[in-house]
Amino acid sequence: MSEQFEPLIIGYTCNWCSYRAADLAGTSRQKYAPNIRLIRLMCSGRFSPEFVLKAFAGGADGVMITGCHPGECHYIEQNLKAMRRFTLLRSTLKQMGIEPERFKLVWASAAEGIHLAQEIDKMVEQVRALGPLKLPVLAGVNGDTAAVPIHPAHVEEVEA
Amino acid sequence: MTDERIGVYVCRCGTNIAGVVDVDEVVRWAGESLAERGVVHAAASNFMCSTVGQETIENDIKEKGLTRLVVAACSPHLHEKTFRTACERAGLNPYLMDMVSIREHVSWVHVDKEAATHKAKAVIAGGVSRVAWHEELEPLEVPIHASTLIVGGGIAGIQAALEIADSGQQVYLVEREPSVGGHMAQFDKTFPTLDCSACILTPKMADIGVHPNVDLLTWSEVEDVDGYVGNFTVMVRKKARGIDESLCTGCGICEEKCPKKVVDEVFEAGLGYRKAIYTPFPQAVPNLPVIDKENCTYYDTGKCKACEKFCPTEAIRFEQEDEMLEIEVGNIILATGYDLFDARRIPQYGYGRLANVFTSLEFERMCNAAGPTNGSIVLRDGATAPQSVAIIHCVGSRDRNHNNYCSAICCMASLKFAHLVKERVPEADVFEFYIDMRTAFKDYDEFYQRVLEEDVHFIRGRVAEVTDAARLEGEEGKLIVQAEDTLIGKQRRIPVDMVVLSSGLQARHDAKEVAKLFGISCSADEWFIEKHPKLDPVATMTEGIFIAGCAQGPKDIPASVSQGAAAAARVLGRIQQGEIALEPVRASVIEEKCSGCRICNLLCPFSAITFDDVEMITEINAALCQGCGTCVAGCPSGAITGTQFSDQQVMAQLEGLLSLNGHERIAVQTSEPAAV
Repeated sequence: MSEQFEPLIIGYTCNWCSYRAADLAGTSRQKYAPNIRLIRLMCSGRFSPEFVLKAFAGGADGVMITGCHPGECHYIEQNLKAMRRFTLLRSTLKQMGIEPERFKLVWASAAEGIHLAQEIDKMVEQVRALGPLKLPVLAGVNGDTAAVPIHPAHVEEVEA
Repeated sequence: MTDERIGVYVCRCGTNIAGVVDVDEVVRWAGESLAERGVVHAAASNFMCSTVGQETIENDIKEKGLTRLVVAACSPHLHEKTFRTACERAGLNPYLMDMVSIREHVSWVHVDKEAATHKAKAVIAGGVSRVAWHEELEPLEVPIHASTLIVGGGIAGIQAALEIADSGQQVYLVEREPSVGGHMAQFDKTFPTLDCSACILTPKMADIGVHPNVDLLTWSEVEDVDGYVGNFTVMVRKKARGIDESLCTGCGICEEKCPKKVVDEVFEAGLGYRKAIYTPFPQAVPNLPVIDKENCTYYDTGKCKACEKFCPTEAIRFEQEDEMLEIEVGNIILATGYDLFDARRIPQYGYGRLANVFTSLEFERMCNAAGPTNGSIVLRDGATAPQSVAIIHCVGSRDRNHNNYCSAICCMASLKFAHLVKERVPEADVFEFYIDMRTAFKDYDEFYQRVLEEDVHFIRGRVAEVTDAARLEGEEGKLIVQAEDTLIGKQRRIPVDMVVLSSGLQARHDAKEVAKLFGISCSADEWFIEKHPKLDPVATMTEGIFIAGCAQGPKDIPASVSQGAAAAARVLGRIQQGEIALEPVRASVIEEKCSGCRICNLLCPFSAITFDDVEMITEINAALCQGCGTCVAGCPSGAITGTQFSDQQVMAQLEGLLSLNGHERIAVQTSEPAAV
């Protein structure tokens, strides 16, 4: 017998499409991994980088942003602004040592409950394969080693 | 940590939630562990939304002095309003309540009871942390403009327009084609009563044409929609008809004299001709012709002008240009109808290749006394009556290669076709190839029984192929319909003279663009999505936009009429109220924090953000703001805040969600992989 790592994923969902897609997944009893916890925003364009950084700093192993398909935004084009912000942030996260698989942007319309459930399952599997988020110990400017903020659960591990 | 007195209410929803989530444990935990976050009371209810459940909340607010609430139940999209109203009745500002979903997002989607219970706790912790940051808000009251825009002049749109106009309110009815009437105007008879379609439709069309409260805009299309519920500004392109409407009397001489004949792909479904200047059918409303510029000889060669020469009132205007009309309306009803499935997409049925394969719409036109064959059922040669007819159901419907759904009307339409063949060519054999016979609704099955007794052959099985390749005796010169008769378990080859394909219904080819224009959503099949599939079938997620008829999904005439009337009732209710309360989810600028960088100025698609050149700061117009929050996220100074979705609220919810660690708690035992 072995223990399986269960990642914790935070999902920021658009009120108009993917939050309803999650509702639809529920109504149609589409099962998916319980590892995701959703936060409703009015639009994917509302997500700010702090939401993601704080999620990682606070213990999330992955963050999913979900919005309406391009061209179907309830607010005309704000999902495209989310996409721009997402792309920039993902490369920043990569530089911080956070794998791109931990930060995902998913388009899911209100009719795509099954699609959303599948994307959640896929992400849970990918992040599970990566293991818990461990931010690396980086070399400081003066050659000193400085630990970046670490997931509380792994503090001991890093210190050791 | 907080002075707030927070109440947590967890719904069992019968066994919907309690069957998976250990509700009692969640309540116990919330009462103990969330006390430090301000929870002073936690309780469960079998049905939180019931009167008893709501009364409990109201009493607790009053007796226990609760200042904030978290309701953990179904999706806020279902019952947020219910619990907000309960708060309001108890004297608590409704926006001090947060609803979290532990049914749609937890109990219905997760199997592992322990993990689901754990997640429910985390979700509630998120709600409790968030609600501490909620502010008292007042809904924004906006006036409702009393005029209504209806897009689509088929039977659903006509019904909606008449209901509203008859009640004394102004309606703009925009129709893309030259006349109102829609598909219903093309039909000959309507099932199951066999009423003449035109006889029951044209009086309504005539009403529309003369009604003092209806502004009829045919040969027109909506190009732009701006604003929000109660206050839409709509740009309509009134395409150039090529005539002066005030002079034209609709005498029809122009049409008679026009030398150019064109196949009528729209009204006659390709079965008949029209002229280059035409009214689509004799009872057209308005009775005004249009010039088809693409086919008119004058636009092509610069010569002809026969219509102008003969027009007794000199109404022809070749140089007329499209006109843009700006109209102000409070509500919009979309009744844009459907397209017929293109039978060419199933090549094995031979449509477009085998002359005597017809679509259902062609057959409707053929049966229509005003149609190209004057109502006689004949082969493509226009003269020979068929001695045998095969009617194939579910063409493009209930078919994984095309549309998965049932088009709902084809069984009844096919039965009607069988009856019409028997009525007009009594000696002809009629074969119905069906998968399942679907004759629900009033008097429909009785009609089926009637057709069963009219000596129509019913073969249960999906047709594999329609071919003209004769193999057996008696097949020469015939169309052979090959199908498995699943009731006797045998392959059948039925030679017939004529095949009618009961093509399914599908969403308009441009449904997605139209949905985008009006800010509503489409399903995967591109039908417009209603607010609730059962309880709110004509409203949409976008306030002020309603849908009716086949644009929402396949349906028959009675259902389309019902939806048209229902949408009208909803609109009239709004107009009656005079104003509507909007969610106060709006962004605003904290002046002292704004650096005047203008980054946010580029982020708003609603032009709600303007820059004050004197104060050098940005301003947000609350009436134009739609509350998406993109500017809140984009402001580098944190100078914009969004009510109901402020940074503090989202961050607090995040912190609450993460306060229950995932790792150790939901680690599950899995068996060791087998040794290789």
